[in-house]
Amino acid sequence: MAKTLQLNLISGRTINQGVAIEAGKEKPLYRTAAGIIEMDPSDFRKLGVWKNSNVRVTSEYGSVVVKAMETSQGPHPGIGFIPMGPWANAIINPDTYSTGMPTFKGVPVTVEPALNEPILLGIELVQKLCGVKVA
Amino acid sequence: MTRRVTDVICPFCGTLCDDLEVDVSDDGKQLLEVYNACVIGTEKFLHSQAKDRVTRPRMRQDDGTWKEVTYDDAVEYTAQMLAKAKKPMMFGWSSTNCEAQSVGNEIAEIAKACCDNTAATCHGTSLIAVQDIGLPSCTLGEVKNRADRIIFWGCNPAHAHPRHMSRYSIFPRGFFTSKGQMSRKLIVVDPRCTDTAKMADVHLQVEQGRDYELLNALRVAFKGEWLPDVVAGIPKEKIREAADMMKSGRFGIIFFGMGVTQSLSKNHNIDEAIAVTKDLNEYTKFSIMPMRGHYNVTGSGEVFAWQFGFPYSVDLTRGFARYNPGDTSTVDLLIRGEIDAMFTIGSDPGAHFPISAVKPIATMPSVCVDPHLTPTTGVSKLHVPVAFNGVECGGNCYRMDNVPIDCRKVVEPPAGMLTDEQFLIKVRDRLKQLKGVA
Repeated sequence: MAKTLQLNLISGRTINQGVAIEAGKEKPLYRTAAGIIEMDPSDFRKLGVWKNSNVRVTSEYGSVVVKAMETSQGPHPGIGFIPMGPWANAIINPDTYSTGMPTFKGVPVTVEPALNEPILLGIELVQKLCGVKVA
Repeated sequence: MTRRVTDVICPFCGTLCDDLEVDVSDDGKQLLEVYNACVIGTEKFLHSQAKDRVTRPRMRQDDGTWKEVTYDDAVEYTAQMLAKAKKPMMFGWSSTNCEAQSVGNEIAEIAKACCDNTAATCHGTSLIAVQDIGLPSCTLGEVKNRADRIIFWGCNPAHAHPRHMSRYSIFPRGFFTSKGQMSRKLIVVDPRCTDTAKMADVHLQVEQGRDYELLNALRVAFKGEWLPDVVAGIPKEKIREAADMMKSGRFGIIFFGMGVTQSLSKNHNIDEAIAVTKDLNEYTKFSIMPMRGHYNVTGSGEVFAWQFGFPYSVDLTRGFARYNPGDTSTVDLLIRGEIDAMFTIGSDPGAHFPISAVKPIATMPSVCVDPHLTPTTGVSKLHVPVAFNGVECGGNCYRMDNVPIDCRKVVEPPAGMLTDEQFLIKVRDRLKQLKGVA
């Protein structure tokens, strides 16, 4: 049975994500920049997958497939980082606790290998989750 | 031949850099090269020249295809939608100019809409805290010329505000900071060892979501009182070191970002950060400033505040302005199913709202005014592409320290395209006819 890993998920800006949103969110570059989870090297060992493998990240609020990358801003064992965007927002905690602000940071998630599952493009992912008919 | 346009304003982040130079073709129709901007700003200017850009409004058909329509059709659909809706939402406003925001507010008043800007998922909780206990702040010019203690708390300008550090906070040589970086001490508080943290004199790698405790511990440390051995994952010796470093400066500033506004405790984190600033003013001069994201989210807050009295999450459905985040804020209204029409401009809730708040948008009449293709245009019924504000039209914008700066037009938009303001004026005039308002 495949191993799973519990992480604390946060999301936020990266410079690659910033460039990708200005270059066009319909482009594959956006997926390359934001359809990822940055993990600590020690967490890769615990999960037992190679760097740059596809993984499924699941929270109480949803599930999404992203590419697992070794973090460039570590070490941060126990923390998973998905750049802000549709992939992170498929699984973050929408509760605002009466402030208007969803809880984008500090969401418990489970990570599992999903080597053969595709990572959707940004607009494609949102359309699929919203059930929008696409020609 | 080309000509060089100087002193161009960058319409990407709240730093609103004003020293860009842009090469344009002699006829002013093509933008060829960008100088001085960060990599994100450069991309924004260059992407306006994309050959595959959508230049006319499009209506989504039942079979999922797009049908090109005229701007007049788009105005008619938008005005009818706002006229018919019981509780329309007009969201966004942070990537457009203050002139367009003001016209949008007129529309919201006629349509009795809810209106909100991207602060709702950004620094909204900071605004709540400011209303709680105030904000001792300053301008970025003062930071450049005076600040010798810089604290980045829960923000990562190396990625999110790439030129902030070189223009204002760490590297520049100012009047009282003539040695640049050598004149300043940098403290970074972040659960990750970010590229900003790597430059810090002290990096407090706080346990994620424990910022409130750490801020509180700093207040204790300023007074030299007892501390537990470890607070929020930081040994007390390190907390005292950071506290002494803050107290010993001549002028300090706390810049804070999404690390504190979006974690649990939300506005209470900011309350405590402002209280830290207040305490520090007993020993030296200290200021605090939110690292605003969109280039004109600050302006949107200003325009809302002038015209309605509140900076975001305003509900006009009763004919007067009400403000109660949690009740009148976009994410909550969408998730509770209270909104029956969605008008989005200058932002992308489809990508940046939790998916449970995006799903309702896909089921209701919806308009997205945006020069780009985005997840929001991907779920909206009508997509209205417009000229890039700050590139293809000018207009007033506010920097993160509340300093207004006029953006400049550098190139012509593709022939026949409207600006945000021009489109909104047409919608306003048509809505007035529909509602019988003089």
